[in-house]
Amino acid sequence: MSVLSSVSVRRPSRLDRAKAQVGWLSALLLLVILVVWEAAVRMLDIPAIVLPTPIAVFEALGEGLGTGSYLPHIAVTFTEIICGFLAGAGLGIALGILIGQSLFLERLLYPYVVAFQTVPKVAIAPIIVIWFGYGLSSKVIITAAIAFFPLLANTIVGLRSAPTEQIDMLRAHTATEWQIFRMSRLPQALPFIFVGLDVAIVLSVIGAIVGEFVGAKEGLGFLILQKNFNFDMAGVFAILLVLSLIGVGLHLLMTTIQRRVLFWANSNQIHVTGL
Amino acid sequence: MHAIQRSAVVAPVAREKKALVTISSLEKRYRSRDRADVHALCDINLAIEDGSFVTIVGPSGCGKSTLLRILAGILARSSGSVRMGQTEIDGPSRQVGVVFQSPVLLPWRTVVDNVMVPSEVQRLDLGAARKRARELLALVGLADFEDRYPGELSGGMQQRVGICRALVHQPSVLLMDEPFGALDAMTRETMNVELLRIWREQNITIILVTHSIPEAIFLADRVVVMTPRPGRVAEVVDVHLPRPRTLAMFNTPDFGRYVTTIRRHFGSVGTE
Repeated sequence: MSVLSSVSVRRPSRLDRAKAQVGWLSALLLLVILVVWEAAVRMLDIPAIVLPTPIAVFEALGEGLGTGSYLPHIAVTFTEIICGFLAGAGLGIALGILIGQSLFLERLLYPYVVAFQTVPKVAIAPIIVIWFGYGLSSKVIITAAIAFFPLLANTIVGLRSAPTEQIDMLRAHTATEWQIFRMSRLPQALPFIFVGLDVAIVLSVIGAIVGEFVGAKEGLGFLILQKNFNFDMAGVFAILLVLSLIGVGLHLLMTTIQRRVLFWANSNQIHVTGL
Repeated sequence: MHAIQRSAVVAPVAREKKALVTISSLEKRYRSRDRADVHALCDINLAIEDGSFVTIVGPSGCGKSTLLRILAGILARSSGSVRMGQTEIDGPSRQVGVVFQSPVLLPWRTVVDNVMVPSEVQRLDLGAARKRARELLALVGLADFEDRYPGELSGGMQQRVGICRALVHQPSVLLMDEPFGALDAMTRETMNVELLRIWREQNITIILVTHSIPEAIFLADRVVVMTPRPGRVAEVVDVHLPRPRTLAMFNTPDFGRYVTTIRRHFGSVGTE
């Protein structure tokens, strides 16, 4: 017992230290890249409309955020991401639960779901914009269409992952199918569903931008096109930075929720989802 | 060991010699994955008395687990009848608690909430059930672990929780499918002694499947010996060792004679 516990205590701490060291190295690497980038652009005299210097990018970012000119666009895109993610994920989980109920439903519906998934969402985005207009709803639908599949697939697999022994145990103590679903299948599916949520939230950022590229009057994607048109490269890079911060932020939020909810799952399972 | 000393005062209560579980002409056939017909159980007839401790022993593949799963109502029989009291068993029963080879705890529930599962499923009074769950955990020495999660417990502790869970709804029969098979030899012996104490205190009928002949003898009033392909009852051995049983009994000549009697049925009689 004492040997076991001392081993299990020592190992994570050594791992944590290693992780912290790699973290520092990683930050250092970014700094090196930025310095080399800045130096290269200056020394090779690369024009700003081809590649801006990091300093110019940060200046553009500071101006955009400082004057508040980005804010309405950030709000629009963020709303599209969140609404599309919630709609797509909700629909994916719901349909996954439905299909997960029986092999019959899976055989009946799944081929069409896969067929839908093989169609590139970027390709149907123009149709959606024509159907639903240049406003919020078309972006939400495109985002939802992209966020949908990871949740559908993971929910179906997750619901099948409950150990037969667990189901036998519940059944032997007279549990109904609904009780088995609630007490075993659904909690067992949660680690899989969270993998899907994490993938979907990052895909949702892509979905919203794709939608805005196809046709929009506001949003960060719209802003990128506008700045591109004006050869404002530093501005484009600044918005890319904002987008990636939104993506990373949402991913971190998701992993935090996941850790809270899935405190009982073994950590290896959780690590699989790390992007 | 000490547990035995403490409660040695109570000799097994005189019980009514009434058959609680009656199995007659039970057959189980199924088609295996490679489409071969498997005759798992053949003409099983048993009467299990109320309050008795019956063990079923046999080599792997003799259908003993299949028999237990049929008794638990989670596997359909092919023909014959299984009755509990006067009612035919055609599915899971509230009168039954089941302990599996692995503890099968739900990792997202605390220990006490795991014990509560059957009470929740059967919509019993949860306040009373929680009280009973706590009492049972105290009975197996896990009072301090109520609010822990299963992942924090050792294998032996987890299986104790599994036993408490099977008892929480006050069943009249406890079915156990090789419950200590995954434990190390020392823990296993301790658990055997503890199980006998629980059986005496809870006053229930236990049917336990094992492939260990000594374990089967040590625990039982009666040992049902099964032979494989098709699974049949080869012999039912009444064990007349005095109760309460102690681990020292493993070394008595009487115990050895029971072992020899049962081992006869399994061909290879320890010759090299």
